Amino acid sequence: MGINHRLSRRDFCRSGAAAAAASALPLPAFAQSAPRVVVIGGGFGGASCARALKLFDPKLQVTLVEQSKTFIACPFSNNVIAGLRGIEEQQFGYDKVAAAGIAVAAQAATAVDGTARTVGLADGTSLSYDRLVLSPGVDLRFDVLQGYDEAAATKMPHAWKAGEQTLLLRKQLEAMDDGGLVVISAPANPYRCPPGPYERACLIAYYLKTKKPRSKLLILDAKDTFSKQRLFQNAWKELYPGMVEWVSLSQGGKVNAVDAASNTLITDFGNHTAKVANVIPPQRAGRIAMIAGAADNTGWCAIDPVTFESRSAPNIHVIGDACLAGGMPKSAFSANAQAKACARAVATLLSGGSPAAPKLINTCYSLAAPDYGISVAGVYQPKNGLLADVEGAGGVSPVDAPRDFRAREADYAQTWFATITAEVFG
Amino acid sequence: MNALLIAIAAAAMVWCQPLLAAADPPPGAASCSGCHSPAATNSAIPRLYGRDAADIEKAMAGFRDGSLPATVMNRIAKGFTDEESRAIAAWLAAQK
Repeated sequence: MGINHRLSRRDFCRSGAAAAAASALPLPAFAQSAPRVVVIGGGFGGASCARALKLFDPKLQVTLVEQSKTFIACPFSNNVIAGLRGIEEQQFGYDKVAAAGIAVAAQAATAVDGTARTVGLADGTSLSYDRLVLSPGVDLRFDVLQGYDEAAATKMPHAWKAGEQTLLLRKQLEAMDDGGLVVISAPANPYRCPPGPYERACLIAYYLKTKKPRSKLLILDAKDTFSKQRLFQNAWKELYPGMVEWVSLSQGGKVNAVDAASNTLITDFGNHTAKVANVIPPQRAGRIAMIAGAADNTGWCAIDPVTFESRSAPNIHVIGDACLAGGMPKSAFSANAQAKACARAVATLLSGGSPAAPKLINTCYSLAAPDYGISVAGVYQPKNGLLADVEGAGGVSPVDAPRDFRAREADYAQTWFATITAEVFG
Repeated sequence: MNALLIAIAAAAMVWCQPLLAAADPPPGAASCSGCHSPAATNSAIPRLYGRDAADIEKAMAGFRDGSLPATVMNRIAKGFTDEESRAIAAWLAAQK
């Protein structure tokens, strides 16, 4: 009832009084002629985009394809690993998305036909679209690090998709004796959540310092620099002296192979046998992007920075972690901001208009301790075919900020999570 | 019947105001609700929808020139011109 009322009310605004009077009557022919948008992926990008599409143009027929009934959020899942938060606080359903007038198909998308403009679902049915939005997130690559396949991940968790893997890493840390060695292997760029491995190091160190203070944490890194680097390194010194060690690429940090049986990580410079090994493998766009022809040979999706339309697959837009968004990092905030800009562009294109250049914001908080937050922010606009940083804007928290500043940023991090999840799922 | 249509049309004019505004966020404006809740909250991050446009514009100018202390808004405000901030402020003020 509420939905019908809202729909007819908004149609009114779009099409003037005559069409509105008609739309107040049940006319199926009218509904059938409405443009159809299918969104694949129900995370921060896809669910935001579906809702924004419906908000910007209520007459659109929007279908969200997401196989999981429950979304488990990655931001703050490092707190779950550190025992600071329950996994249930990470879980969100799609009831409110459906109540917003979006058809939710709880199916895996298995095929995309860009010519016929159809999406094939796992149950054999298919959905027609005028425009398709892909927000499939990342797939973890089990074909790069020798010995690291899905079976190895049950012994050496990646915990880079929140859920069972998060709880597995938590259990292993709880079971570890004091004095054990925890190793985190961090991948080369690009990957989901650039500061994530280092926040994880902080929060695991927080747990160890509190419960198992003789333990050590080693980060083996496939790169020489990382997000919020000075802030993290200062936090390690200040909060966890002698506990956290970072080995950069040039110091031999790149993990090439693992041996799951002995919990060993292998680099060119030697072997590290861990009590708990967290292997964050290289990643690429979720599989459906490949199937749709939207991913390039890097495994990611090149896009137009105004419309988010794929460079290789017409009428298919890609947002969130799967797309190459120039200066924008692969974060939940970015995905949500891109979703809204993409929805605006798609609605404009479907009504025959030409989309205006967007401006986007990203803000990423990390916790070095529960009351110690740091952030990176950026403002982006299309430039030379990419989303480029607006010069003079953005950057990281000040290096010399006092602890009350860090406490405020930790508080803002919590508020951000509550706000964004309410916007997307509430 | 005509009278009814006119009444519906008149009501539509009133209904349209916030909805049309919702349909046309100026560049950057749609990102704000990532942190600033559209709902009334007692959180540390203030609600912006429905606030006075001049206040929002003034705050953005203060964040930009450093006269207003901030954790992250100083870094974000520097990405927007006075004109862009004004458009964003007007849009936020028009939201319910």
